[in-house]
Amino acid sequence: MSAIVASAAQPRPRPGQSIFRHHVVRAVISISVFILLWELGSRLKAPWVGEVPPPSVVLDTWIPLLTDQGYWYSWYQSSRRVLSGFLAAMIIGIPFGLAMATSRVFHDLTFPVFEILRPIPPLAWVPAAIIFWPTQELSIGFVIFLGAIFTIMLNVIGGARSIDVRFFQAARSMGSSNWDIFRRIVLPGVLPSIVVGCEVGIGITWNVVVAAEMISGGGGAIQSSAGGGLGFFIWNSYIGFSYPHIVVGMISIGIAGYISSAIIRRLGLYVTPWLRVR
Amino acid sequence: MNARGDMATKGAIRIQNVDKMYYAREGAVQAVSDCSLDIRAGEICMIVGPSGCGKTTLLNAIAGFHDITGGAIYLDGEMLCGPDRPKADPGPDRVVVFQNGALFPWKTNLENVAFGPVVQGRLTKAQANEKARGMMADAGLVGVEHNYPGEVSSGMRRRVEIVRALMNDPKVLLLDEPFRALDSLTKSVMHEALLEIYYKNKVTIFFITHDLEEAIFLGHRVAIMTTRPCKPKKILDVDIPHPRDYSVLTSPRFRSLMEETVNAVHEEAVKAFEAGEKEM
Repeated sequence: MSAIVASAAQPRPRPGQSIFRHHVVRAVISISVFILLWELGSRLKAPWVGEVPPPSVVLDTWIPLLTDQGYWYSWYQSSRRVLSGFLAAMIIGIPFGLAMATSRVFHDLTFPVFEILRPIPPLAWVPAAIIFWPTQELSIGFVIFLGAIFTIMLNVIGGARSIDVRFFQAARSMGSSNWDIFRRIVLPGVLPSIVVGCEVGIGITWNVVVAAEMISGGGGAIQSSAGGGLGFFIWNSYIGFSYPHIVVGMISIGIAGYISSAIIRRLGLYVTPWLRVR
Repeated sequence: MNARGDMATKGAIRIQNVDKMYYAREGAVQAVSDCSLDIRAGEICMIVGPSGCGKTTLLNAIAGFHDITGGAIYLDGEMLCGPDRPKADPGPDRVVVFQNGALFPWKTNLENVAFGPVVQGRLTKAQANEKARGMMADAGLVGVEHNYPGEVSSGMRRRVEIVRALMNDPKVLLLDEPFRALDSLTKSVMHEALLEIYYKNKVTIFFITHDLEEAIFLGHRVAIMTTRPCKPKKILDVDIPHPRDYSVLTSPRFRSLMEETVNAVHEEAVKAFEAGEKEM
């Protein structure tokens, strides 16, 4: 017993460097094999991938873009929109979800509407969003917001419901008020689910960024001063028949989504330190 | 730690003709029927009985988690629940330690122990932490204060939970098979730890268990309950003097008490089994 305690009391050892190296090696293998198969498939005109530009061509297109201000401005625009839409989804979704989970009446009054709105794909909201909102940016933000809010809310509701009833009983029997129960049991109890909801939610915001940025008129040519965001970049490249640019845009969104989820995961572990101990 | 000094004068529970009926899908179920039991202030009263016999129903009624449908329960002469108020208010004078443990996983062990006085507004956070540290030290819990419950062994967690309950200066500790999930070696350590804590605090203990050896080793009295509906079938006085240690397990008196209990319990267990009771 004491051995367990002693080891737990000491600062947790970080995963060894050798493990890290293995990790990286595997990731590199995974990505290299993928690129190699893609290049081969594309060059040999294999079915399905035959029409996709090979990675070498994509890379040729990408490299000049890396020094192109317009390309980075697209990154900035999309990130800004995703972040604001996502934050709005958190600010509204978390309290709303908590209210639905803790009040039966509120739940019964709002859940049916929630369930009808939820299945509507964000793409279908695009025309309505344009009509509803006075500015283009608000319309875009709204579509992105819709992408994330339902997932966040469902996770909050589910998380709050799954808190062990004994925690409530224990807290009550030690004399907790309703406010204590909310603050000291419900909030921390639901936090892990909020983190999961946000992690999935931010991924979805990148999924809908193309649909959302179709709203934006963008501006200028494809290569420079695109400015419409990465989603618009893809849409515009499609209209301009520039397939390598489409792929560049797709990969860029993939990378952006990966980074966002990784950041949320990190923040998540930071706010739920008790889950780090397993 | 404020020891209660002489044999406690607080914490007597009178269970008087209690009925508990609840409605399940298959209709009304009488979980407890005309159950009367007097638990003396400061005694360890062990409750044994077949699975699903309604012991936990009784504990929930005392704790104030569920209502009763008849009779009354008193704590030191004051009615907790009865004809006019079917459900008692949960309160820090009757703290429960649960079967599978209910330490808050998001709080460190120290924060868990300090929880009660802080939410009751009796102590500031700093004072509560100070007291918690002292009580944990008394219970042999040193060096784990800043660990989360998930970081320590299960036996350690149970001990933390008992200390957390005692922090509230309860009149009664309600223990619902607290050591069920522990292996028998850890269990024996926990028994001695519990007795040690009890000798220092002299709080009334209402302890539900399936383990007859545990019941006789710990209890001043053992109430053997009938299968559903639940009421005392036999109340056994364990006339082995406290303080006890593990050597009493081999004493002839312990063996004969064990025999007496086994027979009574077995009879009820067979009835329960034949009635097809399932764990509640």
